[in-house]
Order: sequence, then structure tokens, then C-alpha cells
Amino acid sequence: MTWETVIGLEVHVELATKSKIFCGCSTEFGGAPNTHCCPVCAGMPGTLPVLNKKVLEYALVAGIALGCKINRYNKFDRKNYFYPDLPKAYQISQLYLPFARDGRVEYVTRSGQKKVARIREIHMEEDAGKLIHSPYGDVSYPDFNRCGVPLIEIVSEPDFRDSEEVLGYLMWLKSTFEYLGISDVRMEEGSMRADINLSVRPGGSDRFGVRTEMKNINSFKAIERAIIDESKRQIELLEAGGRVIQETRKWDDNKGRSFSMRTKENAQDYRYFPEPNIPPILISEELLRTLAERQPELAHEKRERYIREYGLSDYDAGLLTEKKALAELFERTADLCSDPKETANWMLGDMMYLMNRDSVTAEELNIDPAQFADFVIAVRNGIINRTVAKSVFEKIFASHDFNVAKYIEENNLRQIDDAGRIRRIASEVIAENPKTVAQYKSGKTKVFAFFIGQTMRRLQGKANPSLVNEIVTELLNHAD
Amino acid sequence: MRTAKEIVEYVAELSRIKLDEDETEKMIKELGEVIEYMDILQGLDTEGVEPMSHVFPITNVMREDEVTPSFEREDILRNAPERTDETLVVPKTIE
Repeated sequence: MTWETVIGLEVHVELATKSKIFCGCSTEFGGAPNTHCCPVCAGMPGTLPVLNKKVLEYALVAGIALGCKINRYNKFDRKNYFYPDLPKAYQISQLYLPFARDGRVEYVTRSGQKKVARIREIHMEEDAGKLIHSPYGDVSYPDFNRCGVPLIEIVSEPDFRDSEEVLGYLMWLKSTFEYLGISDVRMEEGSMRADINLSVRPGGSDRFGVRTEMKNINSFKAIERAIIDESKRQIELLEAGGRVIQETRKWDDNKGRSFSMRTKENAQDYRYFPEPNIPPILISEELLRTLAERQPELAHEKRERYIREYGLSDYDAGLLTEKKALAELFERTADLCSDPKETANWMLGDMMYLMNRDSVTAEELNIDPAQFADFVIAVRNGIINRTVAKSVFEKIFASHDFNVAKYIEENNLRQIDDAGRIRRIASEVIAENPKTVAQYKSGKTKVFAFFIGQTMRRLQGKANPSLVNEIVTELLNHAD
Repeated sequence: MRTAKEIVEYVAELSRIKLDEDETEKMIKELGEVIEYMDILQGLDTEGVEPMSHVFPITNVMREDEVTPSFEREDILRNAPERTDETLVVPKTIE
């Protein structure tokens, strides 16, 4: 029997506003505990929350990018639950009229398959605080700094079938929000995290199995492992004649398995009701139009344009557009040197190799587009050959403050195009190696590379390679 | 249908409130009155009436995204029955 895994996601994304959603406290990450708090976010009775305009704007920008219908009239509700990281004992969220519904995301998986995920809804809400559990006693210490940090929660339909699809979708969200500038999308700081709803069913069935939920998993690697493990657990359970219980499970990435949280049956009664302190929100057609017009070109749009305009492969275009910093470097350099193909080749080859070797992220790249462009032109015009170019590129990669033209002159790296000089050196090499010449003559043409290599070496690797090739061929064919 | 007593006990548990026998009896009576009143409202014909989302006819009360000074931590923590220099102290709760 074959099984099909069915996954739906709830993704929480922290919006990059300066102040919290309902008060003026700072949203900055990592302050000393309880120093970014005021009576509103610390849940003191009698306080009045006031919505941050920027939160609405960022949320709408996200809704538009995810192809949602925007609810022009939307409002906030209270989700009541008792937990010490939430001092008000309710979270202000949106249940009845969320700001966005019915979206659609087209993404590409790692293996290059195009997929679609439907978005059920997106709502605005406030984040909760953080509990630090005492390792010694039966107490916890709540830090309320994160209380009231603005979030959007993106609820997808159960449209994913495996971890590769889930990761493709999450990567799409991450790069889209990065391009839009509405979130830091740093999973390690919790500014993007996913809840995974997962069930399995016999292949070909159109009914859903009983699902479990794994909350707040905050790395791509952990998400992949959690999905694989939970699918396996459910399939094994069903094949052994058991049944899956609808429950919340905690993924322990260190142990590589999930655990039942055994919450009480009535723990999920949130008793939602309209938030009386925040008047409804009415969004004008004009605001929506302005935001839609202001939307920058997004990663997937750039990807398609790179394929169309520059003739890059889908895979290469994907690599160059996934991070905003890479796409910017590519476009600025290609613009200056008018050679997108060559620019892309150096970025995808040597640059990515060096980034990997030195563990440099796209955001940390320090390459000056003007120097990079001069470099591409120098390579294209044969001022330096490719062997020399590799070492020059390392210099560009290492320092923003680097002058390509000056470096080539000072280190005498110009390509040697002097045919007479190449011929003289090549003749020497041939004259000094009669045995190898004889081998060549007897049909062992593989030794040809030896002559090329020797000639190149004596010219410090700087000779024009096609000229060397031509001259060595000619000399060998005329040698006695 | 749950009995009035069950409803009171359930709501008390959700709110983490301990009620003794007398308090439970009192709540059953008071909550019962509220529920009875709701039953009267349930009898009204609300066909075609939009649910009210806010009592005042106002929308879009918002503020600019500006950081204002937070409170002194001491002021945030001072009313807590148990605390450290940096945080409140609560019973260990691991969901």
C-alpha cells in the first residue's frame, strides 16, 4: 500500500516595524528582559491599545504579494487563553474578518518543479512573550519584550505532499518578504516560524486522515526532518493497525523525534469575541492601489525575467534571485559592463565557491559592482586571461576597496598577445623535449597538453590561450 | 446539554479560578440569569442583520510607527507577588 502525506502550514512572520503593534515600545530583538514593556503590552488593566499604521501597511503589502483578496472591512478579535507568556490572558488576533483571504502562491521546488499553494487567509496579531524555565526549581521567568511584536499568520490550504514542497514554499515566502522589506525573516531569531499540520492517507484517496500539529519549528532543516519523521510515524502506526490521534506534538530537533504534548481536552477553547478596544479597519481602494503600484519586482518575477532577457537557465536564475543582495549585485554589475552572461558566470562559479569556502552570506558580500564590472570587461576584452582572472576575482571578493585596472598594471598581469614571443617560448619547449615530440608524432596526441602547459608556465600563465594553442599546434605539425 | 454547574466549573477552570461550594452556587445563579437573558435575545428575528463589530461608528484609529520610551522595569514588576530583579516568577508551565 502506498501512502500520501498531506500537509498544511501556518506560518508566523514578524513584521519589521520599529514599534510594537498596539503601543510605542521598541520591537528590537535581544534587549534585557522586560525592558521593552509598558502597561499596554504588559497587560495592565485599563490600558488602551492603538493599532500601528505601519503594521496594517506591511500586512496589506504581504496580502497583495500573495495574491489575496483584501477584506476592505476587517477587525480584531480576542483569543482567550491562559498562559504566563501572555499577560493579558488573551491575544489580539483576527478570526471573523481577517484582512486577507483566498490567495495563491506559485513556487518552484529544489528539483525545479512548479507548484501552487492556495492561501486560505492571512491575519494580523500580536506575538507573545518568552518563558525562561528554571533548571533548578518549579518556576519559570517570563520575558514580555516580545509581547505585542506585530505578526502576520499565513494559513495555507493542505496543498503540500512532501518536505520538498514545503521548503520550496517557505523559501518563496522568505525571499518575497525580504524583497518587500516587511520582515527580517530570520528563522534563528524566530521572526519566521512554521506550524505543520500533517496527516497521511492511502494513495488515491480524496479524504483526509486524522492530522497532528507540530508548532513553532524554526529552521528549514528541522522542518524537513520533522515532516519526514511524522509521516513515517503515522504510516507505521496505521500499518500496525493503530490510529492517529488528533493532537499537538512537540518536535525535539536534538532527539530527532516528536513528542505528544498531552494537552487537556478543553485547552483549545479560545472563546473568541470581538476586540472592543480597537475600532474596525476600513481600507480604501486608493491605499490598495498605491501599495500595489509600489510593489517592487519580486524574486520569482526577476527569475522569469533573467531567463527571458539574459538566457539564464531556470536553476541559475533561481540562485541569483533568491537573495535580494545577490540580485542587486548582479543587476548593477551587468548594467555597468553590459554583459549579464559573463557576470552571471562569475557569480555562480567563483563567487559562490568562495562564499561557500569562507562561509560568507549574501548579505555580507563586499563586492563593489563598479570594480566587478571593470573586471568582467577586462576578461571579455582579453586584457587578462581566465587563469589570471580567477586570482583577480579573489581580490575583488575579498575587498570592496580594490582597483582592478591598477592591480592588473601594477602586477603586470596583462594577457600576452605577442605572437612572436609566444612562438619563441613554444619553440624552446619543443626543442628541449624531443622524446615527447616523438610521442606526439607517433599518434599519442594526449601529450599535446604538456606543450601547452609548459609554454603557459614560462609565460607566467598570462598568455592568450587560443594563441598558444594555435602556435603550438602549428609548430608541432612542422617539427622534424 | 451541560448542566449549569458543569458550565460554571468549566469556565472557572479555563480562567484558572478556584471556586468553593458557596461561590459555585452563587455563580450558577448569576451566570444562569445572564444565560436566561441571552435566551430572550436568541428569540429575536435577526434575519439579514449584520453582526455588530463595534459599538461606536468609528474606524481606522491608528498611530504612526514611532518608538516611545518603555516603562522602567521596576514599575512593570513592582506589583507582582513574586519576582526577581528582571522578571516575574510564575509556576513552571511547559506546554
